[in-house]
This record gives sequence, C-alpha cells and structure tokens, in this order.
Amino acid sequence: MADPKSAVRNPHLKIVFVGHVDHGKSTLIGRILRDTNSLPEGKLDQVERACAAEGMEFEWAFLLDALLEEQKQNITIDTTQIPFRTPGREYVIIDAPGHKEFLKNMITGAASADSAVLVIAANEGVLEQSRRHAYLLSLFGIQQFCVVVNKMDLVDFSEARFREIEREYRKFLGMLGLEPRLFIPVSARLGENIVNRSEKMAWHKGGTVLQAFDQLIPLAPPTQLPLRFCVQDIYKFDERRIIAGRVETGTLKPGDELVFSPANKTSVVNSIERWKANDNSLAIAGDSIGITLREQIFVERGYVGSHQKDAPIETNRFHADLFWIARQPAQLTHLYSARLATQEMKCQIASIEQVIDSASLERTSSNAQQLTRNEVGRVVIYTRAPVVLDNHDRVPNLGRFVLVDNGTIVAGGIVHGGVYTDRATVKSKNIFWSEGKITARARAAQHGHRGAVVWLTGLSGAGKSTIAQALERELFQRAMHPYVLDGDNIRHGLNSNLGFAPQDRVENIRRVSEVAKLMADAGNVVITAFISPYRLDRQRARAIALEGNAEFIEVFVDAPLHVCEERDPKNLYKKARAGEIREFTGIDAPYEAPADPEIVVHTDRQSVTESVATILEQLLPRLRAEPPMKH
Amino acid sequence: MTDISRSHLDHLENHSIFIFREAYHAFKNIAMPWSMGKDSNVLIWLASKAFFGRVPFPVLHIDTTYEFPEMLEFREWATAHYKLNLIVKVNEDARARGIGYETHDPVTVTHELKTVALQQVLAEYKWDALITGIRRDEDPTRAKERYFSPRNAQFEWDYKDQPPEFWGQFATTSAEGEHVRVQPLLDWTEVDIWRYIQRENIPIPKMYFARKGKRYRSLGCSPITKPVLSNAATIDDIIAELEITRTSERAGRDQDHHERNAMQKLRAKGFL
Repeated sequence: MADPKSAVRNPHLKIVFVGHVDHGKSTLIGRILRDTNSLPEGKLDQVERACAAEGMEFEWAFLLDALLEEQKQNITIDTTQIPFRTPGREYVIIDAPGHKEFLKNMITGAASADSAVLVIAANEGVLEQSRRHAYLLSLFGIQQFCVVVNKMDLVDFSEARFREIEREYRKFLGMLGLEPRLFIPVSARLGENIVNRSEKMAWHKGGTVLQAFDQLIPLAPPTQLPLRFCVQDIYKFDERRIIAGRVETGTLKPGDELVFSPANKTSVVNSIERWKANDNSLAIAGDSIGITLREQIFVERGYVGSHQKDAPIETNRFHADLFWIARQPAQLTHLYSARLATQEMKCQIASIEQVIDSASLERTSSNAQQLTRNEVGRVVIYTRAPVVLDNHDRVPNLGRFVLVDNGTIVAGGIVHGGVYTDRATVKSKNIFWSEGKITARARAAQHGHRGAVVWLTGLSGAGKSTIAQALERELFQRAMHPYVLDGDNIRHGLNSNLGFAPQDRVENIRRVSEVAKLMADAGNVVITAFISPYRLDRQRARAIALEGNAEFIEVFVDAPLHVCEERDPKNLYKKARAGEIREFTGIDAPYEAPADPEIVVHTDRQSVTESVATILEQLLPRLRAEPPMKH
Repeated sequence: MTDISRSHLDHLENHSIFIFREAYHAFKNIAMPWSMGKDSNVLIWLASKAFFGRVPFPVLHIDTTYEFPEMLEFREWATAHYKLNLIVKVNEDARARGIGYETHDPVTVTHELKTVALQQVLAEYKWDALITGIRRDEDPTRAKERYFSPRNAQFEWDYKDQPPEFWGQFATTSAEGEHVRVQPLLDWTEVDIWRYIQRENIPIPKMYFARKGKRYRSLGCSPITKPVLSNAATIDDIIAELEITRTSERAGRDQDHHERNAMQKLRAKGFL
C-alpha cells in the first residue's frame, strides 16, 4: 500500500493523452480509471444505466464525458483533467480532444505535462493526427513519450502488425529527435496489457501501461539553470517595498547581486519575503516569493532579475517557431501583443520564413504571407520595446511566448537562435506600422507611450535640473521620447525678451506651459525644470496641458532651504544674501510648495538614482500607450 | 545545506499564489466570494500568502438565509481575525417572492439565492473578476475549467469555446458587463485541501469534524446539506477516511443530484 506521506512529498505526474479521433483514447483512460479503482463508487453503474435509458450502447468514453453534449455527440469537447493513483504514485490524466480545434484545447493541458501517451489504433495505424500531435508536443517541450498501440483485438493480437506500426512511428519520432520510452500493444476495451499482463500477447515482454507510467520521471524544478526571477508586481502595503514574482529557473538568496533587465540596473537582495514561512534563506525554481532590495532601483512588472554572469538576451528582434491557434490567420502587417513571462509589449510578425507541415514535417515556401490555424511557421518577430528572453533550448521558461489579439491568445511561440553576446549592442530600431489617421492615440501607439508634461518644481539647488536630465536619460534608454525644457534652452531663445520682473516671470512660465503642451501633444514626454514658485502659475500650466489632452504630472523636488543654500551650485544664494540679486525665491520671495503634487522626492534624503526611481515608478504606468491587459 | 526540494503541496501553493498575483495585476476591481467552507478558507490563506499578510480586495458572502448558525459565527470571527473587507449579499427580492426550500426544488432555490444574488451584487459593484474556490476533482464539469474563465453578461459559461491557457498566460480581459472567474484552487484535490489545512494550521468551522458519528464533508445551505456517517474527529482522521473512500465529496449536496446533469445546467447558468 502507498505510504500516504509519499503523496504529500512527491509532485504528481501529469500525463497528457493524445491520439487520432476514434483510436480509443477515452476508452483507454476509462479502463485505466476502472482498473485502478479510481472511479467514484457507483459511477460505472450510473453510466451504464444512463446509456440503457438513452438506448445507447455502453462506451467507456462516457465515463469521462461530463457534458450532455459530449455524451450525445460522442466527442470530447474540451480538455479534462482527472486525478488517479497507483500504489507507487499520484497522477493527473489530461484528456485532450483530437478534433479540429485540437491545438487550442490540447496545448491548454499539454503545455504543463511531464509526459505524453500517444494512442494509435492497430487496425488504422499511424495517421495524420498521430504525427501532428507528436510534433506539436515536441514543440511544447515534452520529452517523455509512451506509445500505446490500441485495438490489438481487431488485428488478432498480431505481433507483426504491432512491429510494423512501431517501426513506422519510431522513424517519424526520430525525425523529431524523440525517443519513446516504450511501445505497448493493448486492447483497452478488453483490458489487455493495461493493468494486467495480456496472455493473448505473451510475445510482448515490455510490461503494461501502468508499469510504463511508474517508470516515467516527473520534471524536476529547473534549479540548475541560470536564475530568472520574473517580476509580477510591486507591493507597498506597509513600510516594505516588496518586489513580488516567481523564480522561474535557478535559485536566489539574500545577498545575491541581481541585474534587472531590460533596465540593466543592479541591486543586492536584502531579504526574501514569504508570509508564514519557516525558511527565507533560499528561493528555488517554481517559488512564488517577494524580495526587498538594498538599494531602491526602479523595477516594475515584466523586469527579469538574473545574476550578472548569466544574464538573458535583450533584443527587439528574434526568431521563433510560431504555432497558430486562432481562426483568423496571422497577418504580417497586424500589431499583436507579445507576452513572455510577465512582460507584455506590442509586436509585429516581420516575416514568415517557412511554413512547416506538422504532419509530414515538410517545409513549404519561403516568405509566406500568412499562417493559418494549426500551422507552424518559422518567423521573425519585431517588438516595440526591448524584450528580455532566452533561447528555448537554454532556459525554456524565458524562451516561450504567446501572441495576443483583442485579449485572446492567438499563437504560441518558441524562441531560438538568439545571440547572448549581442546584449550591449542592441539599439532600438525604427519600425513603422501604418495606423491610419494621426490621432493622439495613434501617436501613442507608434511611440509606445503617451505624451505628457512632467513639471518639476522646487527651490533653486533642490536638484531639478540634475533629476530632469537623469530622468530624460532613463526614458530615452527605454526607447521613449523625452525632452527637457529648462532655463538654458528657454531663456536664451524663446524667452530672450523677458527679464526677471514679476510680470516677466509669469509670462516666462506661461510660454513654457504652451511649448510643453505642444510638444506633449506631438507625443513627447516633456520634463520642465523651473523653480515655478507660484501655485497659480503651476495650476495654469496644468490647465494648458489638459487643453492639449496631455497628462500633467507635478513633481515636487523637495529639499529644505538650508540644504539648498549649502549646495548653492551657482552661487545664487550668496548673491541674494549679499543683496546682489533681488526677489530670490526662498530669500526675499516666497516659494509656495505644492499642496497635492502627483510625486514628491526628498533630495536631502534620496540620491539622484533613488529620486529618479521614485519618479519612474509612478510615471511609467501613466505613460502607457494603453492600460496593460485592460480592454 | 538548505532543503531545495519541494513537495506537492508546495507546488500547489506556489502556483495558486502566482494566479492570485496575476489576477490582482490584471483586474483592479475584483472580489472573492467566500462561503466560510474549507476551500474558501484555504483561499483566504493563500491570498494572505500572495499579498504578504492581507487580502487586498473585498470578500463576498452570498447569504442564502439558510446558513448554518455555526458558519455565521465563524464568519464574524474570521472577518475580524483576517481584517477582511466583508460584503454580505442576500437576494431580498427572491425571499420576498417566497422562494425557499420549504416550497421550491433545490435547483430553483440555489439558482435564485446564489446565482441571481451574485448577479445582483456584481451589477452593483461592477467587479471585472471574481476569485473562486472551485476544484477540478469536485465535479466532471469543473474538470474542464480554466484558471481564468470568462463569463458573459448573462453569466453563461461557454465551455465549448474556452480560451487557450498555457505557459502562465491567461485570458485577462473582460468587456463591459462581463467578468472573469479566477480559480486558484483548480489543481487541488479534496485531500490536498485537508493536508494543507493541517500543514498550515488554517482555521475552519468545527462542523467538518465528526460529532455523534456524523460529519459534514461539504457545506452548503442547511436544508439541503446532509452530513455523512463518519467518526473522523481530527484532520488526521479525515485524511485517513478520504484515502479509502470512493463516494464523491458533493454527494451530500442535494442540488447536484436533483436531475441528470443538474450541475452542468446550474453551472452553464452561472453557478460557481
């Protein structure tokens, strides 16, 4: 009898069952469930009675078909997952339908399976779907296969017929680089070689289906691969700033120095956070955790933490094998969303280099214009923003992605051929998509972000210009379109006719506000760095920006007067104290601090990097071309 | 050397937390129905794990007015204990029309007092996602569920055309009037739930434990929920019992068995 503790200890093994329609997949599953005593009490009687009542002959498949439609039409409509156990182990059977929508339904269960059972009817042999299913499963990354040759009773339990099928299918699987662990001749209907050895097929020395299952090996958590910590969200429920996410591969511990892609910023892990956990000294592949960092760098959803020596690829162009799920074919000019781990960005299929017939493995035509449902294409993908990824054969979790259109997954893809040394030389490429009339929305779609006015206000010496420039660099590195307006580029040109008299100061700010509005309307992120001491002026700047449908974000760059005066980078405070400059803000003119700014940074306590991180954290979500994953 | 292996329960917990966080990111306006049953309390626990000690969205109790008094007591205690933002909803209109177990069949009453009540409260709060505690092993129709499962404005579940779901990517959009059911416990089995309650020491109502040779295995409305014969007075006893039983968990829930395919019909109309 099973040790109950072992079930708690060991992960359950997930096996996906696939096969050509009518090759007896459901019958095989029904038989396995019955012969391992896994059916609920009375279930078999109940189905037999129901069949009699409807005037139908009993079918094992009815045990699985939960829905009235399925029983009436005698087809499995959607993937079903059923737990069962043998004395050795617990399993989950994934029953994937074989009809025309099979790809959509099959991948839903199969993508997470440890292994697959391919069912082939002995009388019909290897058919189109037998090949297609095997190819797709290999594409999903499934490595362990068992082949069950069913309906042996219809070929008189003939060893010759079994060997013939085995030879043919082994050859095909070999082309995929797959080596099936076992071929097993069975009759699911009669229960031959399922749980009990078949006397009718004494020539078969390889064991039963259940014995084959117990030889399968569950997928181990990929702790040996390079660390990939994929950020899901940033939580600030209390005083902690927790970066929540999942360790996809590798291991992570406090004290590790992590580099976060795509920003390429590093910080050291301060702590691993888990609620009511005994041990927070290590997190491994598969763990959903939070971390805090020693230095507060900017991190957001989609960022990937890794160790410096084993960083992922950062690019906006990559090769992939794409399998198409949606009814609507893939279009080269269409803008899709790509999702890879927790990243999401706009992308385009730049070219379809080959279309692969998944049944014959023949590669057809170069430069196809479209990919239709259930086809696999070798394609090039361009993304709007940099994407962080790995080759699938190196780190599978970061080497697979989906394409989304209108909120629905339309395709899955496997990344290959990426070059790891490429990283430092990746530059954003100008790629243009036609979007029709040039609206603010269209501009935002092309730029990858919305236009906005980021209005920095604060005392002279508070750090406005330094922060503005650092912020501009950060945004620029993200392939965004920032521009700084400050005294240097405004006073000498546009406002060269203005002095420092009160009415001139008001006019100065008004012109800056108007210019900022126009530039924001053109799609830029305008960062203004002016003392702008009067609340009224800033309110007007906001109103002007809003007229231009631009987002206005007021940032209070806050530092106490004495700190600013100590810094005095341009010796202005000294001159003001000496009476050489009149009406100097903070000395003999007032500074009206913002009552309710969108963002506050304290430059007496925060470094420039920390201040910029604080601004980015609140700014970037507001700049998105459209809210992420919302309709 | 730190232990770098993970148990089956660890896998389930990690995946559920992942789903909670994906849902919380994708849908800002969400709520979690809470029946105070064992699965519901595991959900509260997992949400606390996902969000570091808090449940950052409202918890919804659809009160059919046929609740066991012990469950209501537990509700008050747990609300304070976990600092929950609790919303209680009763379909007052149906009760005013005299819908009740005294006069109507269980499928009708369940539909009115649970599903319609849920529709009403959803229309009021306009949640775009609901986090539910359903599991695949409970019922054959639930075996076909997705982690993120869209429901249209009429609450219908289109089980013939479900969105694909793989590699941790889910259907995270909902149009006006639609909502998405997020189901973090889908992979858990009844015995997993008990083992996890034991491991984590999660508070649950006492009615699950045997008194005078009977215990409740699944809890619903008092008139249509029957206890099972059992002497299982501790979690260990319950786990031992489940290891050998072959009767289904929801056998004591009348609405499932009122007619053939009753559960499919209820669920297609919006029942959890």
